[in-house]
Amino acid sequence: MDVNAFLDGFAVAVEPTNLMYCLIGVLVGMLIGVLPGLGPAATIAILLPITYNVEPVSAIIMLAGIYYGAQYGGTITSVLLRLPGEASSVVTVFDGFALAKQGKAGTALGIAAIGSFVGATIAIVGMTLLAPVVASFALDFGPPEYAALALLGVLLVATVGNGNMIKALIAAAIGLLLATVGRDSFTGASRFTFDSLELSDGIDFVVVAMGLFGVGEILHNLEQRHGKVQAPAPVANVWPSRGELKQSSGAIGRGSVIGFFLGVLPGGGAVMASLVAYAAEKKRAKDPSRFGRGAIEGVAAPESANNAAATSSFIPLLTIGIPANASMAILFGALLVLGVTPGPALVDERPDVFWGVINSMYIGNIMLLVLSIPLVGVFVRVLRVRPAILAPITALITILGVYTIRNSVFDIFVMITFGIIGYLMKKAGFEPGPLVLAFVLGILVESSIRRSLLIFGGDPTGFVTRPISGTILAFLVLVILLPLLRKLLARRTRPGGPSGPASPTTPEREESLR
Amino acid sequence: MSTTPPTGPNAPGGVPGTSGSPEPDLLADLQAEVAQDLEDERPPAGGPAYQVVAALVGVAVGVTGVVMSLGYGLGSLSEPGAGLWPFATSVLITGLSLLLLLVGRGLDDAEAFTRSSLLPLAGAATFLVMAFLLPVIGFEIPSFLLCLVWLRFLGGETWRSTVVVALVTTVAFYLLFLYGLSIPLPHLF
Repeated sequence: MDVNAFLDGFAVAVEPTNLMYCLIGVLVGMLIGVLPGLGPAATIAILLPITYNVEPVSAIIMLAGIYYGAQYGGTITSVLLRLPGEASSVVTVFDGFALAKQGKAGTALGIAAIGSFVGATIAIVGMTLLAPVVASFALDFGPPEYAALALLGVLLVATVGNGNMIKALIAAAIGLLLATVGRDSFTGASRFTFDSLELSDGIDFVVVAMGLFGVGEILHNLEQRHGKVQAPAPVANVWPSRGELKQSSGAIGRGSVIGFFLGVLPGGGAVMASLVAYAAEKKRAKDPSRFGRGAIEGVAAPESANNAAATSSFIPLLTIGIPANASMAILFGALLVLGVTPGPALVDERPDVFWGVINSMYIGNIMLLVLSIPLVGVFVRVLRVRPAILAPITALITILGVYTIRNSVFDIFVMITFGIIGYLMKKAGFEPGPLVLAFVLGILVESSIRRSLLIFGGDPTGFVTRPISGTILAFLVLVILLPLLRKLLARRTRPGGPSGPASPTTPEREESLR
Repeated sequence: MSTTPPTGPNAPGGVPGTSGSPEPDLLADLQAEVAQDLEDERPPAGGPAYQVVAALVGVAVGVTGVVMSLGYGLGSLSEPGAGLWPFATSVLITGLSLLLLLVGRGLDDAEAFTRSSLLPLAGAATFLVMAFLLPVIGFEIPSFLLCLVWLRFLGGETWRSTVVVALVTTVAFYLLFLYGLSIPLPHLF
């Protein structure tokens, strides 16, 4: 690891403007984590136009802050109202709300905040050490490897993510097709432009993301009546006692490690991490029946894990240029807008971005710890704000924001179109995540495949015979076949197999894709 | 979001008959429970018609893509034309959509359109009106009107809070964009 670059990154992160953007980011992240409705991906999408007006590093620091800040905020509603602000806080509800009912809401929030801080910080340290290593390994990648890797990334998010795999793949394929709109960079031919001058440069990623995630989610939220605002449980004694800290320290440590590793996996992310960490604690416990009745470990473990996972999901983005979930896909797009191509060369070409962003997370997490322990009362009060009041404000931010990118009314219409598509997709059970991810990676996939074909002289077996791209492709086939195999096995073992109400393989609605 | 009483962390403690292998089941239980929790918040599921229509839209997109990319020229593998990659993705879309048509009829992941689906429709309409008016009369009056509609009619706020919030929001955006960020939005005043 280049220690000088690492230290320079700190110098970047503590520049006053960057500190300010970091603070804005984590504040906004906390707020949207607390408030029902918009998830982090939608919020990052809505705020993308800011990247056109701000220094690249500052913009990414802020957008990243929104993502990991949201993990802290989601805890508050889980504990106080039994409403997980983010899907990754759903398991926190079990014991967090039970603690709140016993009058220990403060303790639960305090432990959650400390666990979050420890989890995230461990993950950042892990990232600091691991990321340059991964990046240096990936430097030898050529077009065939990139093609295989990008396809694998799309596939993993589509399959591991949520809901129906066929639907996710259809969405991803449509994303790949949408990416071809505009002038073909190889032949100069116009594709799918319908003779429109505005479309000849292709569809802007920012406009698509703002539409599908931002407007789509805003419209969808209008339909779900969020109900009345409930009075949150009173919060007192946020500082946990020494005994409580001791009791939960093991859970925090294990949760952090579980979260770090699951977060690196594409499509895994914070939701899976919180579930696995909770299950691990319950399994280890001498008296598992405490869980669900207010066990402090049941709050500490998932909260440490989801923050660690949220942090480590930056690794694939910053080191090999493959976003692990929808929020990362939007950050990928934001980096491209700023003229920075995420990938193995990033650490050498733009150390200011690479280390500036990573090191800003150390600072951002300290800010979040301050926000969520001494200032937790402020956020509890935010819970009284009615969603109906925020809806038009977010709507206006999207419309005015997208206009400012190019002073183009056409962009507003494109965004509204994608917003309606996003809404209809949600209604029909399609997640927009895979589409946006594939759209971002589409140009990379196409140009890598075409360049590879030129290298191979038109022989597609070259993808398989090169060792690295061959391995990635083999893995890709495995990812496709594994669910099918599992289904076959399940069918065979069901009669006479482990009893219990044949647990429905419920498609977990993972919101990590948002 | 619904406010149903706690469904069950206390209940499952252990599914009967799982004494043999507690490890995988614990995670599966949790997942089912979380899915159930999120399920509770969702509107009624749409029937097979939703799935069929969705799949048919997919087929239509795919076939259109295939036809158009053929027009761009496929070229050959050693010299790929502009249409080859779009052709491949369009074929994929068509194939997967046909597969969905075959096996996806029984899925329950679609949300039925109900009376409250008119709210997003109205919301989208206000977006469009705003987009048309913005270059003509500036952003202040359309912004105020959008807030008015969303707060009073889509959000069910009282007239008093509607007017206050709409005014404050419009003024705040005016100051933020024109003075704070000095972005030249079309404006009337």
